[in-house]
Amino acid sequence: MSRPAGLDARVALTLGRLDLDVELQVGAGEVVALLGPNGAGKTTLLRALAGLAPLAEGRVTLDGDVLDEPATGTWVPTERRPIGYVFQDHLLFPHLSALDNVAFGLRCRGERRRRARRAAGEWLERLGLAAHARSHPRALSGGQAQRVALARALAPRPRLLLLDEPLAALDAATRLDVRAELRRHLADFDGARLLVTHDPLDAMVLADRLVLVEDGRVVQSGTATDISRRPRTAYGARLVGRNLLAGRMVGTTVRLHDGGELHVAGRHPSGSLVHVSIRPGSVALFRTPPDGTPRNVWSGAVAALEHRGDRVQVDVAGPIPVVAEVTTEAVADLGLCEGAPVWVGIKATEIDVYAA
Amino acid sequence: MLVGLAGLAVAFVALPFVGLLQRAPWSGLPALLARPLVAEALGLSLSSALAATAISVVVGVPLAWVLARHDFPGRALVRALVTLPMVLPPVVGGAALLFALGRQGLVGRWLETQFGILLPFSTAGVVVAQTFVALPFLVVTVEAGLASGDPRYEDAAATLGASRWTAFRRVTLPLVAPSIVAGAVLCWARALGEFGATITFAGNLAGRTQTLPLAVFLALEDDRDAAIALSLVLVAVSLAVLVALRGRWFARL
Repeated sequence: MSRPAGLDARVALTLGRLDLDVELQVGAGEVVALLGPNGAGKTTLLRALAGLAPLAEGRVTLDGDVLDEPATGTWVPTERRPIGYVFQDHLLFPHLSALDNVAFGLRCRGERRRRARRAAGEWLERLGLAAHARSHPRALSGGQAQRVALARALAPRPRLLLLDEPLAALDAATRLDVRAELRRHLADFDGARLLVTHDPLDAMVLADRLVLVEDGRVVQSGTATDISRRPRTAYGARLVGRNLLAGRMVGTTVRLHDGGELHVAGRHPSGSLVHVSIRPGSVALFRTPPDGTPRNVWSGAVAALEHRGDRVQVDVAGPIPVVAEVTTEAVADLGLCEGAPVWVGIKATEIDVYAA
Repeated sequence: MLVGLAGLAVAFVALPFVGLLQRAPWSGLPALLARPLVAEALGLSLSSALAATAISVVVGVPLAWVLARHDFPGRALVRALVTLPMVLPPVVGGAALLFALGRQGLVGRWLETQFGILLPFSTAGVVVAQTFVALPFLVVTVEAGLASGDPRYEDAAATLGASRWTAFRRVTLPLVAPSIVAGAVLCWARALGEFGATITFAGNLAGRTQTLPLAVFLALEDDRDAAIALSLVLVAVSLAVLVALRGRWFARL
C-alpha cells in the first residue's frame, strides 16, 4: 500500500492568549489557503508545522513520516524537516547575495559550494532573476525579494511549501503581477502547498481549497465557490461580501434568530437550523412599497452608503438589517442618503438556504 | 545656555590633556621612550589587552547569544553577575581573583597541584585580571546587538536545513559583526587601561606584570618625565584606535 502523500496534521497548542486546535490535510500537488482574521493563529500554525513552535497535542505527518507527535515523543527538528518556508517579510539574509541566499539551503544539505551555487543560479534564472544574482537583498524590489525567497525555499526540494502572507509585503501595483507569477510558480511545484492570507481574492486565485480559521479553530473549509455561496460565519460572509443570517426553518419560511421572517424557495426539514445567505445585488430597494413580485418586503432606513467602483453598497437598518448593492444612478433615483426611508424587497428564489 | 554647558564639558575633558602636553619634556622624549622599561611595558600592555580581548570574544559572544536568545530561570541573575565587574572597584575584583585563583584560593590550589599553573604575579595573571574587568563590555554590547536583530533569521536558516551551530556561524555572527567589533574595541580599551585588579592580582613586576598604567603610577613617584612620556604613549595609542574605528564605533554607540 502506498503511503498517504501530503500533509496530515492536527495541531493543538496554546501561545499567550491564542488557543489553537486545527486539523488540516493538504494533498501532494494541492494548494490550500488558510484564511482568517489577524490573531486567528494562522502564522502560529505554519510555525508549528515547520517545527518552530512545539505542539502540545496532536500529530504532524508528511508523506506518511511522523514529524511531531508529543504523545509518542516523536520530534523531528526544523532543520531536518523537508519543509520550505516563505516568510511574510521574506527574511532574506541581508549579508548574502541573492545567489548565496538561494544556495544556503543546498549548502546546509551537504551540497558542495560550486554545485550549490550553480543550482541556485538555475533557480534564479527560472524565476527571471538571473540579472540580480549578485544583488544584496536591500537592492531588490519587493517583488524580486519575494521571488528570491520563493527560490530559496524551493531549492532544497521540500515536500511541503509554507507561504506566510506571500503578497502582504507588496504594494498594490506590484501585487497583481506577483500574484499571477506566484500562481504560475506554485503550479510548477509538485509537493503540498499551504499558504496563509487574509485576502480572499489572493486565496481564490492561488488555492484549490480554502480553510477558514477563526480564534484558533477551523470554521469552514471548501472550494472558493462553496465558501462564497455558503459562508458559515460573519467573518466568512464579510470576506465574500454576502449577507449572512441564521434561523430556524418553519414550513417554507425561515424564522430568524435576531427577529423577522424570510420566505425562501429551498426545501429543508421544518424545525432545522439553517443559514441564510443573500447576495447584496439581489436585495432590491424601492422608494414606495413595491407591488407583486418579491415575497419578502419590509421598510427600513439607510444606515450607511459606500462607493465601490460603479456600484454603491447600502446598509439598511430595519427589522432585518441587510446590505444592498445598487447602481450609482439608483442612488440618485431613489434619493438615498443616510437616514432616508427605503423599502427592501428580496425574491424567495434569490435566497440561499443551507443547514447550519 | 545648553551650548555653554556643552562647552564646559568639553573643556573639562580636554583640560587634563592640555596639562599633560604642556608639561611634556618634548626634547628629551625620544630618549625617554627608548628606555627598555617603556618598550617592555608598552609591549606587555598591548599583547595582554589583545589576549584578554580574544578570550572575551571567544567566550563572551556565545554568552551574549545565550542571554539574548534563551529564557532560562536565573537569566537576570546571570546577567547581573556578568556586568558586576563594570561597577565593582577593580581593586575589589583583583582581591576576589586572588581569593579564588591565588595559591591558597579555591581553584588556584587545584591549578597548582594538578597542572603546576600559578596565575598570581604572572603575565597570565595580568590577562586574567584584564579579562575579568573587560569581558562585561563585550557581552553587554554584543547582547544589545543581538537583541536589536530579528531572531527569525535563525528560524529561516533552520527551515533551510541549518543546524543551530551553522545558523549561528553563517547567519547570526555576520549580522552582529558590527556589534562584536564595537564590543571588542571597548573591551580592549578597558583592558589596556586596567590598573586596580592587575596590581592586586598580578602585582607590579617589571617585564612580567608591569603594564603601562602600572608603570605610569610607579614613575609618578620618582620620575615625572618618564610618567608623562608613558602617559603620552597611552593617550596616543588609545586615540589612534578610536580614530581608526571611528566609522563603526561612533555610529553605533
